[in-house]
Amino acid sequence: MAIPKEQLDSVKERVIQIVSQNGAKEEALLQILHDIQADDNSLSEAELLQVARALDIPLSRVYGVATFYSLYSVQPRGKFIIRICESAPCHIVGARAVISAFEEALGIKMGETTTDGKFTLEATSCLGVCGVAPAVMINDEVYGNLTPDKVVEVLAEYDADEA
Amino acid sequence: MEFFRSHVLVCSGANCSLKGSRGVRTAFVEEINAQGLDKEIKVIETGCFGLCEEGPVVVVYPEAVHYCRVDPQDAKEIVREHLAKGRVVKRLLFKGDMELPGVQTWQQMDFYSRQKRVVLRNCGLIDPDNIDEYIARNGYEALGKALSAGPDKVIEVVKKSGLRGRGGAGFPTGLKWDFTSQAPGEQKYLVCNADEGEPGTFKDRLILEGDPHSVIEGMAIAAFAIGASQGYIYFRGEYRLSIDRLRNAIEQAREYGLLGKGILGSGFDFDIDIRVGAGAYVCGEETALLNSMEGKRGEPRYKPPYPASVGLWGKPTCVNNVETLANIAPIILEGAEWYVNIGPKGCPGTKVFTLTGNINNAGLIEVPMGITLREIIYDIGGGIPNGRSFKMAQTGGTSGGCLPEALLDVPMDIDSLEAAGSALGSGALMIMDDTHCIIDVVRCLLQFFCHESCGQCTPCREGTRRLYELIDKIARMEAVEEDVSLIKRLARTMEDASLCGLGQTAPFPILTTMRFFPEEYKAHIEEGICPAGVCNARSHIA
Repeated sequence: MAIPKEQLDSVKERVIQIVSQNGAKEEALLQILHDIQADDNSLSEAELLQVARALDIPLSRVYGVATFYSLYSVQPRGKFIIRICESAPCHIVGARAVISAFEEALGIKMGETTTDGKFTLEATSCLGVCGVAPAVMINDEVYGNLTPDKVVEVLAEYDADEA
Repeated sequence: MEFFRSHVLVCSGANCSLKGSRGVRTAFVEEINAQGLDKEIKVIETGCFGLCEEGPVVVVYPEAVHYCRVDPQDAKEIVREHLAKGRVVKRLLFKGDMELPGVQTWQQMDFYSRQKRVVLRNCGLIDPDNIDEYIARNGYEALGKALSAGPDKVIEVVKKSGLRGRGGAGFPTGLKWDFTSQAPGEQKYLVCNADEGEPGTFKDRLILEGDPHSVIEGMAIAAFAIGASQGYIYFRGEYRLSIDRLRNAIEQAREYGLLGKGILGSGFDFDIDIRVGAGAYVCGEETALLNSMEGKRGEPRYKPPYPASVGLWGKPTCVNNVETLANIAPIILEGAEWYVNIGPKGCPGTKVFTLTGNINNAGLIEVPMGITLREIIYDIGGGIPNGRSFKMAQTGGTSGGCLPEALLDVPMDIDSLEAAGSALGSGALMIMDDTHCIIDVVRCLLQFFCHESCGQCTPCREGTRRLYELIDKIARMEAVEEDVSLIKRLARTMEDASLCGLGQTAPFPILTTMRFFPEEYKAHIEEGICPAGVCNARSHIA
């Protein structure tokens, strides 16, 4: 499917700038995708195509990388990505109750995004803060020692923030 | 230079930070200023003390009094009582030692006194953001010694020390350096693997956050030994907290001429760049990591050729784990003899473990190799909380084996654990009490592998999924006797035919639990009962 020209044009300048900041080399592809994704937590087809052109590599290679790593998404995601650790150390101290609490509070299931585009729920593997398990990471912010009650408190911190 | 009569060290490790240590630090500074003590007392953010369960942890020197679970109000009380009047705030001391009068300092606590700190030598003692404090503790002296001894001598010492890789595979480090050093080619690379993705493992993160220069110095020595002028640290994308500290440390080392051109007046050039991953467990495998560094999908390569001859961009490359590199400077300074005498023959040195799950003193510890699992759990870890009893310990992370109570006296070193049917792996140690169902936990572990299999080879891609379905079937009480033999056959195929360690070791937890907890499988399959009362007919979130 062809990508409309307006879409390609609208992302072009930003993509070219990010690519050149990172040295315009294929080895920098992961960092380039991190930087591009920083604005809306996802990578659009237009952005991926512009990256491929700027690096002079096939789109398939860019798409392959974008879909291989779990921190990237080619689907639109919410402004805040709630990554819930479901690895064993969190599992055995109550991660499942934390997952249910988030699902209930936001009215969505794991992998889904709220209709206002504010939150996305994702499972993640170990965040390396098992000393305060169960843990979640909301964008760059990590929260530990969670219980269903604390989930409500944590979400309240984001109340004031408009989607 | 300024002198202070007391130093307040506030832990700024990841776990304590999440418990609010930044606010505690601010409260200390405010109250010290309010009391007019700012010329006498200095507040420092330091690396992980290890007792994460009891965080935020604060230690007041010169007395070395160790305070637990300190909140901002407590901080003000410590200033008013301890620092102003010399009275220790007893209610904030470690509760495990409360009955013993006089135990106030961290050196007196069982949790610390049974440890041997080589890798964590500076954690909790220095300000990780200040290179001068690292240097004051003999930092970068080993680099100077290595540069004057020459690469061959350095490799010889590391070989003699018997140091084995701490990332999980346990390959002799000196040998790896030797292979890379002897590989033909002008351009060689050194890579520090900080892609710590093994669930339950957070040692590399806390080493890097608590003592970044110990890793940088280890890298410089390794690079000198193998003949590399460029090094990289590959971080997990999730480890944002550690990355800033490392960047700062690298910058300081450059300013001091400890990285860059002509290090310490020698002809040796070396610099370090940081690379950040994007969320893929398999990238901890060294060839997958190299692909990822080249900007590709993190799929493992066929071996041989090994990275020592064909690595990053096809050049000879040595990939070492964070903890391995943090061992290097002490080995060079103290000598191979000293190192060999710590721990058992064939697997010398110390090991950093991360204690998680149902254990009183969850956190980070460093002990001599060969200490028993029982000593770690009961003497250092403080035992099982809530009056429950021990059921199972998983060693080595998600792909490690699961050990029952009967094996609590197994020595914790690479060879002994392998003989016992488990693995030392990354040093993750997850303890479970008797409220947990083995089947439910193994299902959680297999779900992880389904998610993290990179999909490149069939035995792993399909095998992890089918294993998950089989264990889920057992948890739903729908399994039949034949499923057990099917699991065993499938496991053997995966072990034999998977391309990398991920698929080869994914069946490990299921195989070891079938061996050590057969009654639990039997109850689910034959009697339709979950003895722990965890499983029901409802399917797990897939």
